[in-house]
Amino acid sequence: MTLAIDVHELTRRFGNFTAVDSITFHVEEGEVFGFLGANGAGKTTAIKMLIGLLAPTSGRASVAGYDVLTQAEEVRRHIGYMSQRFSLYDDLTVRENITLYGGIYGLTDTQIRERGDALIRDLRLGKTADERVSALPLGWKQKLAFSVAILHQPAVVFLDEPTGGVDPITRRQFWEMIYAAAARGTTVFVTTHYLDEAEYCDRVSIMVDGRIAAMGTPEELKREHRVATLDELFVRLARPDATAGTAADHSSASGYE
Amino acid sequence: MNGGSPPLVVQGVSKRFEEVVALDDVSFEVARAELFGLVGPDGGGKTTLFRILATLLLPDSGSATVLGLDVVRDMWAIRSRVGYMPGRFSLYPDLGVEENLRFFASVFGTTLEEGYDLIAPIYRQIEPFRDRRAGALSGGMKQKLALSCALVHRPDILFLDEPTTGVDAVSRREFWDLLDSLRDSGLPILVSTPYMDEASRCDRVALMQQGRILAIDAPEALGARFPDRLFAVRGRDRYAMLQALRGYPHAVSTFPFGEELHYSDSRTDADAGATAREVLGFLRSKGFADAEVAPIEPGIEDTFMALMGAPEAAAA
Repeated sequence: MTLAIDVHELTRRFGNFTAVDSITFHVEEGEVFGFLGANGAGKTTAIKMLIGLLAPTSGRASVAGYDVLTQAEEVRRHIGYMSQRFSLYDDLTVRENITLYGGIYGLTDTQIRERGDALIRDLRLGKTADERVSALPLGWKQKLAFSVAILHQPAVVFLDEPTGGVDPITRRQFWEMIYAAAARGTTVFVTTHYLDEAEYCDRVSIMVDGRIAAMGTPEELKREHRVATLDELFVRLARPDATAGTAADHSSASGYE
Repeated sequence: MNGGSPPLVVQGVSKRFEEVVALDDVSFEVARAELFGLVGPDGGGKTTLFRILATLLLPDSGSATVLGLDVVRDMWAIRSRVGYMPGRFSLYPDLGVEENLRFFASVFGTTLEEGYDLIAPIYRQIEPFRDRRAGALSGGMKQKLALSCALVHRPDILFLDEPTTGVDAVSRREFWDLLDSLRDSGLPILVSTPYMDEASRCDRVALMQQGRILAIDAPEALGARFPDRLFAVRGRDRYAMLQALRGYPHAVSTFPFGEELHYSDSRTDADAGATAREVLGFLRSKGFADAEVAPIEPGIEDTFMALMGAPEAAAA
């Protein structure tokens, strides 16, 4: 069986600072994998390597069966990406955004029309399909951004802090969309600062100072470490000297977010 | 304080922006040494309310007093006594950490040294980086600097608009610990958050949705407002179980909830254990052999969703 993401001793240094320090893990097809860590722990650097935007210093990784270093172009063709900050074009309409991204992903006009219609119907955006995206409530924008990120039916979709600021019902609708995509075989790789959200994932990893400090299903991790919530475990791992003070922000002192 | 009135009184405040109702008849009070939370999603009206209370925006109707002063008539008197941390990072990114603090102190006619003891517990954590440009700080450090800047003139009340958005779990926890100690020193604090897990750190919360307050209460008391009977459902195939449960005749709503599903049942008069067994029987009959069902107490998020009253409508 092919692994959706296969990472072996992946490392990235900036000068003498090691942002990602020999991490090894894999994600199976159709799995929802939560990639957690404090600001400055090395998550963003790791993700940039996985989506082919940053070359590793050493180690290797493949995404959707393609090597991130030697086949970066193929990697980018087989993934979707959605971040909280930048996703859709506010000044374009719903339909224009779909057409634009469909074109970037290399879909045919027929595919764009058919998938676009299905998307608008599923999200019940019929009335607003020709309105500018800026007019949509935040929750709708995020659901639309996710649907657009998987428009080309990628093998793996990367979600960077996808559900910030939305109401609890919309947040759950969003997770149902994630489950539905996973049930269709799309692998979901998601980062979040909200540990209650991490519990929606099949498995999670927690990164501390460039290394993976814990990995497993939320249930396993809570049982192994004898904690009631992932939040407790996260704080324990990310800040072992949890007494505040100067050391408190040390992990982020490097300036790499 | 003037005549023993609460430090913050909001009465029937409404505000529209053209056809959008940002605030709809909002009323509440915050007491001395109270940490009061406005909890709700973006677009709920929280920021508009802060802007009115910080005298940056006029209400269409209703009134509000801050420290006994009217937000419209006495705006200049209010401004020097309020500490306000806006939601968007609004320090000077090109100034250093200490330069920002000195600047904000001087705007309020004071000095960093005069305010130092109050901000020390927070500022000490970022002081090693006092020469770094504010724009180059990590999320958690930015928030601590912004809080220091909001406190350096020794305000009598603190307004914090989504102070922890985008900040990691450890820094968030530290930030709330700081708010605890400020509250314990007597400072009234109004803080907003879109995250339900932070609501439990407040003394009282107002749940806000589309400009209206759905409920005001202590976080631990909010669960009593949940109208139905709530159950946690576990099992391997969450997504299929979710869809099956929505077809169950007594279902009010079913939502994914971390590793579990939260299922609410309309039979509030029935014995909870008996209902749990019936729901379990239903799931087994649908082929979910590993399903588990247990009655649970609703939390803030359950209550919020029930009060929102929106359809559960799956989008996928």
